[in-house]
Formats: sequence, C-alpha cells, structure tokens
Amino acid sequence: MGASAATKQGAADQPIPGTTLFTGTMAERGYALNAMCYSFNDAKNRQAFIDDEEGYCARFHLTPGQRRAVAEKDVLGMIAEGGNIYYLAKLAGIWGLNVQDVGALQTGMSVYDFKAMLLAQGKEGGKS
Amino acid sequence: MTELIGGYFTSHVPAIGGAIAKGMQNEPYWKPFFDGFPPIRKWLGEKKPDVAIVFYNDHGLNFFLDKMPTFAVGAAHEYRNADEGWGLPVYKSFRGDPALSWHIIETLVASEFDVTTCQEMLVDHAMSIPFELAWPDVAEWPVRIVPIAINTVQHPLPSAKRCLALGRAVNKALTSWKSDDRIVVIGTGGLSHQLDGPRAGFINKEYDRFCLDNLAANPDALTKDSILRIVELAGTQGVEILNWIAARGALGDLALKKRTENYHVPISNTAAASLVLERAA
Repeated sequence: MGASAATKQGAADQPIPGTTLFTGTMAERGYALNAMCYSFNDAKNRQAFIDDEEGYCARFHLTPGQRRAVAEKDVLGMIAEGGNIYYLAKLAGIWGLNVQDVGALQTGMSVYDFKAMLLAQGKEGGKS
Repeated sequence: MTELIGGYFTSHVPAIGGAIAKGMQNEPYWKPFFDGFPPIRKWLGEKKPDVAIVFYNDHGLNFFLDKMPTFAVGAAHEYRNADEGWGLPVYKSFRGDPALSWHIIETLVASEFDVTTCQEMLVDHAMSIPFELAWPDVAEWPVRIVPIAINTVQHPLPSAKRCLALGRAVNKALTSWKSDDRIVVIGTGGLSHQLDGPRAGFINKEYDRFCLDNLAANPDALTKDSILRIVELAGTQGVEILNWIAARGALGDLALKKRTENYHVPISNTAAASLVLERAA
C-alpha cells in the first residue's frame, strides 16, 4: 500500500490498527482544539485555562465533541476529534500527566502496567 | 577547506531533559542510555566541529498547523529555545551561521527543493536535548548551527526517499562551501515509538536494528518503505527516523565507519538510540 492511501477518503484513511494518522482531514477537524493546546506554550494561557476552563475553551471555539473530551480528560476522544498528540501533550502537562500517564489512559492499563509493558519490551530477547 | 567530520544521531525524548535537570543520569533506569554519550563527547572533543547542520522536527513550538512547512531551513543569527508548555527548563540559545544557511538554501532550491526559509525560528527540545547530551555543562554551545526542520507531524509527510535526497542536496552545499570550518551533521529523534492511540507504547526492535545496521552503508534500504509502512513499523512518532535519513544523506558518499552506537529500550515510551558515523581516515 502506497503512502498516497493515507490521503484517500474512508476506511483507507486510517489503515493501521490502534493508530490515527494525523492527516489533513484530522488536522482540519482538530484545528480549534490544537490551537488551544498550542496556546499553552505561554504560562499565562495555562493559568487562564486553569482559572476558567469553560471560558478558555469557548474563546477557542472548541466543538461540542472537543469540549466534552477535554472536560472528561478523554485522550482517545480528543484524538478522534482531531487532536494531535504533540499539542495535546501541552494540555496533559497542565493536568500533570506525562506521556506514560497518557499512554496508560489510552490503552486502558494502569500506569504501572503501561510502564511494565515498556520495560518488558526492553528485556524481550535481551538487549539488541 | 571545509571538513565534514561525520554524523551524530540521537533520540531527543523530552524526559531526557527532565533526567538531566534532576541529575538522574546514573540511576539504573537512565544509566544504560546516558552511557552512550561519553564516547560521543570524546569524539566531538577530538574533532572540534565549528558548525552543526541539524535535521530535526518541531513539536509545536515554532510551527503550528496554520503554516506547516514540509522542509524549513533556518537562516537566523540566533535561535532561541522557549517554554514548550510541559515543564522542561528553557535551554540556551544557539548561534546561527546565516552565510552557510543561505548557501544551503541556494543549493537546495537550485536542486529543486523549494524550502521554507526562516530568519526567525524557535528551536525546541529536539534541538536542545541532543546538544545537552553532547556538550553538558558548557556555558555556551561550541558550534554554530543550521537547523533544518522536517514535518513529521501532519500528513502527508515527505517520503523517506525524498528526505534522503534532501540530505544529499545539503551535502552538495557542504562540499562546495569555501571555509576552514569543520562541520558535523546531526539527526535527532526516534527510534521506534508511538505516543498516541490504543497502540501507544509500540516499539519495534527489529525495525530499529534494520535502521541502525543500514544507515551507514545502505541508506537507500531505509527509503523502500512508504510513510504509511514506516508508521506501521516504527510507530507514529518513530517516523522521526526521517531526520536520521536526511542527516545520513547530508554525509553524501563520505566513507563512514561506526565510531559508537548505543540502543536501549525503554526511555519513556521510546526505543532510544545514539550513534556516531565518522569519516573513515
């Protein structure tokens, strides 16, 4: 399958199980959410979000689906709504979550089990 | 005469910055990774490069989705790091080399790579962490930089073949550059990892091994896979191997030997690697 398949519409758009390619379609869908997350590079904006999450999300015109996913800290939901992990990581940072916490949330594992899964991959077949 | 000393490749996982800030380099979790760097520092100490050409990807510090260049070349006098939003220290600034940047840009466009040029450009952890690893405890970076950012965020991404060709066009610029400078090429990111989705935590040691084994002598082998296939093999963020491939291209047909290599799983969610390919004799 060629790389061009990634840009076709429909099921062929997302052919890798457990993976959402951040295509043009997703980038368009997620623009508002990612724009909000990008604003969190600035400490003042992080504080503004903490102080008034509802108002801050409204300022960036999040879609109802994005707003719900943010309110529920639903990472898979945010990705389905077009969130890109590099930008979402900035929001996760506000919540004190690192990429392993986020990995656990997305895979339904405990953080302990998620970290253990990573460590086990290091041990598998010895150090390569 | 300009001298190309070789290439330095490393992962740029943000958590490495956290470990450095907290002085955790010798803790059991971190030591196997940091142990890769004394030989790299020794090599750089011997070769004393003046300039680094750095292939990396921005993670939402300088570029947002409003304008997302496929290939962007810095042409600034200075490059600053800044707050990325999740708690890393803000790192030292880098001195640029605008004359070399413009020479590279002119060579690239003449080679039909119509790149974006940036006279102002923030550089993120993908630039700073490899420098913190290579030159710890320096008051200022001992090299000037030319940053070359590759879009690994928003698909469609440039193909591996195109990234290798980009690097080879950069090599034409470096070999035609009249100076007394010693130049090191740096590729950052990878290796296999995936942060997002139910497949988060995906690592592929076999594919990483393939990349590490072929990068020096047979980089074209890494360009046979489509981007989609690379994402499948290396993970959504493992596609940062594109930076390594482009950096390898910038070494051109230089005879290379592996000076040092280290591979360790896991660092954070990532299969972490460091590698030096030096000019053979």
